[in-house]
Amino acid sequence: MSSSFIVFLSVFLVSCGQEAREKPLVKSIKVWHWMSDREDAFLELAKRYETEKGIKVDLELYAPSDAYTQKVRAAAQTNTLPDIFGVLGVKRDFASFVKSNYVYDLTEEMNRDNGAWKNKLFAKALAVNEFEQDNSFGVKPGIYGAPIDVTNIQMLYNKDLLEAVGVNKPPKTWKDLIEVTRKLRAKGMQGLVSGWGETWMIDCFASNYAFNIMGKDKILDTIRGKVSYADPDWVKVFDLFREMRDEGALASGIVTMVNKTAEQIFANNRAAFAFNGSWCVNVYKGMNPNLNYGAMLPPEVSDKYPMAIWGGAGSSFMVNKQSKDIQASVDFLKWLTDAPQQVFLSKETQGLPSNKYSLKDMPMALSQFANAMDNATHPNVWGVSESPIVIEAFDKGIQSIIIGEKTPEQLAREVQAVKEREMAKNQ
Amino acid sequence: MNNMRAKAVLQNYLFILPAVLIFSIFYIYPFYKVFTLSLCQWDGIAQFDFAKTFIGFRNFIELFQDKIWWGAMMQAGYITLIALTFQNALALMLALACDRDIKGGNIYRVIFYLPPVLSEVVVGLVWKWIYDGNYGLLNYWLTSAGLSSLVTDWLSNPKTALTCVAIIHCWKGFGWGFIIFLAGLQTIPRQLYEAAKVDGASGWQMFKNVTMPLMVPVFILVSILTVLGTMQVFVLILSMTNGGPGYHTEVPVTRILESMVGSSRFGYACSQGVMFGAALLAISFVQIKLSKYMKQA
Repeated sequence: MSSSFIVFLSVFLVSCGQEAREKPLVKSIKVWHWMSDREDAFLELAKRYETEKGIKVDLELYAPSDAYTQKVRAAAQTNTLPDIFGVLGVKRDFASFVKSNYVYDLTEEMNRDNGAWKNKLFAKALAVNEFEQDNSFGVKPGIYGAPIDVTNIQMLYNKDLLEAVGVNKPPKTWKDLIEVTRKLRAKGMQGLVSGWGETWMIDCFASNYAFNIMGKDKILDTIRGKVSYADPDWVKVFDLFREMRDEGALASGIVTMVNKTAEQIFANNRAAFAFNGSWCVNVYKGMNPNLNYGAMLPPEVSDKYPMAIWGGAGSSFMVNKQSKDIQASVDFLKWLTDAPQQVFLSKETQGLPSNKYSLKDMPMALSQFANAMDNATHPNVWGVSESPIVIEAFDKGIQSIIIGEKTPEQLAREVQAVKEREMAKNQ
Repeated sequence: MNNMRAKAVLQNYLFILPAVLIFSIFYIYPFYKVFTLSLCQWDGIAQFDFAKTFIGFRNFIELFQDKIWWGAMMQAGYITLIALTFQNALALMLALACDRDIKGGNIYRVIFYLPPVLSEVVVGLVWKWIYDGNYGLLNYWLTSAGLSSLVTDWLSNPKTALTCVAIIHCWKGFGWGFIIFLAGLQTIPRQLYEAAKVDGASGWQMFKNVTMPLMVPVFILVSILTVLGTMQVFVLILSMTNGGPGYHTEVPVTRILESMVGSSRFGYACSQGVMFGAALLAISFVQIKLSKYMKQA
């Protein structure tokens, strides 16, 4: 009697133990992020998630983004990545993370229930996290990240300063833009300001006009090495910077200016135009709530091809493929990209949500950014990527044009020489 | 007897073992790893596989042909030259002034030592604001002084950007030299100066024949520290110009960072690190040889 009771008790206790191990009462997932401006909003959402689902979300902030990038790469090498993290950088780096088995493929989750998760997100935001069939990176096709917001980069204009020089509408063409900046200059005001000390912003501006002047196919053919950077269309792109320099259309010190400084100059009514991303709405609100401004597409040089702007997913999260709690991590991302959380994030951070059904009560400038999403493109969705060495030569070369050291033709030849060297290296 | 000797030798080795271990773990092994990586084509993301990524000395061959890298080395050399001359001359002059019994000498010492303890990022950002082409204090002062012809975008002008950064580096760094020079000056016996005075030596003669020869080891130490510290200038550049305009303020460390983070060329960045380390080692070696020669002379 007593021995059978002991056996029963042992089996019961062991079963309880297994049950307890398999289904812990409180689970936690670890998230690493770099968005210091969104820390408070994330903390609030983490609190809500714990209340709703009983799962603790450990948020760890590592800023600035350069430090975050290093942190994530080092953690990848030591297999200590958290459950959820972001990959910052170009698509090639993202591909390397995926190929090294650090990133969980979300395609199945996205497509579950007739694509319930996928369908509520903006396609352009998803595209940045997607690898298509036969992509040049050799990654298995799929969606590897969930976008939590959407951004695009456009031009901003200061309505008060334009009115001061008798201009009531923002310029639609390049000729108009130059004309307006002449008027501004005559009145001692600055034209365009942007953080062109951070070279990627120059790259973005030049890329917009390359799309407008020669179209996407020719740009991609240039990256593939089929069209030369010395082509007259590229020279035309470089010449725009020469023209802006000669016309005094650029703010003083723009070539070494970081974007934060550019934002301060524009927010304080010291420049009439800015080239900046949709995140600026939140930044300007903090710097000068009374700033009277609007957003516009960069004025067109040509009517041959549509103007394109860089845009898509602003920030995305990936699930660690080695995580012990993959499903819990995926569930959290699904919850985070649901409409209530996206509306909350959008309101708190004045950003564009990645969820299509969350575009509510947006400030005027932000809705102008939202309206331009149709024109958005991004190097990460082109399927081919330019060598970083060529990009550096391209961007730094444009700085050299702005400071009067190089001519557009000279730069075009130099970039092509770098391109040929890189192609020879890879053959 | 032999046993005792062996025990003593063993004891000696045991005493130095912690230092050897620490040196090996934190210096020798990392250097070995960096050198190994410099022979590979690796992006810093994928799991490192030496056999798959090994490319021999191709990174070094490319580095020898990299004009931007050598330009960055030259620019760091230019800043170092300014630091070696103007910064150290200023530090020596101030140390000589503070070595005398002057009123409030300790206050001056604290003031001169303030810049080195300030954060480089803060210094960079403050001076960036002073140099600003539109709203900077420097241009404001120049205009107020009727020198508006000199007004320029100091950090965006390729002719002035590097020198501006070099000046701030000197301003930030002279305090180190000042403290070391002052410590050196205070070790010189006062009787030597008194004897020289009795012999009718002038101030310059005392400096030339008493101070200078006795300060040679200190000059060498300061110059080695200046070269090593200045060649590795980085934070100031990052906060003031980010290497621009164009490549005009690029220095070796900004290039290494660009290769590692900007281009994800970890292997190439390591080869730059190895080359840079070797260059600094060579410079230090020459300086030590020179100092031995000067001591003998």
